[in-house]
Amino acid sequence: MSLPLIGVIDHGAGNLVSITQGLERAGARVRTVTEPGGLGGIEGVVLPGVGVPGMAMARLLDSGLASSLARWESPLLGICVGLQLFFESSDEDRKPCLGVDAGIVRRLQDAPLLPHIGWNDLDYPVKRGRRDPIFSGIKPQAPFYFVHSYAPVPRDRSIVIAYARYRSRFVAAIRSGSRIGVQFHPERSGTAGLRLLSNFVSETGRFHARRQAGETSS
Amino acid sequence: MSLRTRVIACLDVKHGRVVKGVNFINLTDEGDPVELAARYAEEGVDEIVYLDIAASPDGKPALLDVVQRTARNVFVPLTVGGGVRAPDDMRAVLRAGADKVSLNTAAVRHPDLIDECAAEFGTQCVVLAVDAKRTSGGSWNVFITGGRHNTGLDAMAWIEEGVSRGAGEILLTSMDRDGTNIGFDLDLLRAVTRSVNVPVIASGGAGGPGHFVEAVRSGASAVLAASIFHRREVEIGEVKLMMERAGIPVRHV
Repeated sequence: MSLPLIGVIDHGAGNLVSITQGLERAGARVRTVTEPGGLGGIEGVVLPGVGVPGMAMARLLDSGLASSLARWESPLLGICVGLQLFFESSDEDRKPCLGVDAGIVRRLQDAPLLPHIGWNDLDYPVKRGRRDPIFSGIKPQAPFYFVHSYAPVPRDRSIVIAYARYRSRFVAAIRSGSRIGVQFHPERSGTAGLRLLSNFVSETGRFHARRQAGETSS
Repeated sequence: MSLRTRVIACLDVKHGRVVKGVNFINLTDEGDPVELAARYAEEGVDEIVYLDIAASPDGKPALLDVVQRTARNVFVPLTVGGGVRAPDDMRAVLRAGADKVSLNTAAVRHPDLIDECAAEFGTQCVVLAVDAKRTSGGSWNVFITGGRHNTGLDAMAWIEEGVSRGAGEILLTSMDRDGTNIGFDLDLLRAVTRSVNVPVIASGGAGGPGHFVEAVRSGASAVLAASIFHRREVEIGEVKLMMERAGIPVRHV
């Protein structure tokens, strides 16, 4: 199996250096993608995000990447604002987002102080007795680094694969098919975060191996 | 468990080297920033802060190269300050690999900079760094350009204004305590944490693990030190152990 080619979406702001490095350490080849043409041959996409969703969304619409991402069917990992963009809109600026997942991004309720900055635990809803495979090999008590004031409120709660608590519980990670989103920053979360990026690379590799096997047998 | 209280290592960087002085003067060379940052990450530091102290007086941009090398090697949060005067400077620092950017002198001179950076990158990205020094009247004044100039601004008023303009966090340095190792200025810390509802990082004066506990009890969301970590006078693990014994949630590696 060849090394998966991962595209990291560049929408103008944010730290792509640590994400790229984390994916490369996991054995991926990485390409920075700024327009839809850059997605050719890409097997998995990472959509990072710093800033406000409306600003990131405007750049994705300008470059034409918004519609490519909305149609994307291979593995996709949204980080922080990248995750928030999956939903219909955010209370932060009330502009429409990609809307591939039903729900709204809302300000954290009852937070002692905002932004919520720092390392916090994840709380995993148990499904068929195990956690989502994106957390494979990560200690259940390992904290992840958050820096945000908003989090998604999905209409379909069954897509939630991790919660976190900052007085009130909020959604820390979701999966809908091969689309995964995390509110924390795996690229800043030490060895646990690197393992998550590595799990995404492996999942991308397996996804395309299965797809190829399917094409051969049919 | 819950949100862990952060222990932060601060590296004052000048011309690509880590330096540290007492009361903002008498700088000594303390090593390569990337090497030190990597060592701290391994020892369990929760965040790294780089302050480019050459940037403001000499008018040089922040050390983007050091930031980039750090982001490639160290996978913990990184806050960078020094020489950011416009949203474009902030973008460059974020793209080089910082998570948050701290504003100090430039924000005092042009307070709109805080609003502009928060609008573009979000309040969670904007740290307002305030160097405060006690006045004879029992309040604190804001100093700029690395502690060289007294602005005459009241620290409480400036911090409240900064937060209302969009600063998402305060990096609060007591100039009276900086480099003295006698403990944080707890009065200052209590006054600031009572008046704003964003996280406050306590800085200036830590000399032993007990000082960090006092700062958290006085309202700090995070505690920061520099030279005592660089010189291994205090270990990060030791600080966390002491905090944990005091009932403060910490992260272990």
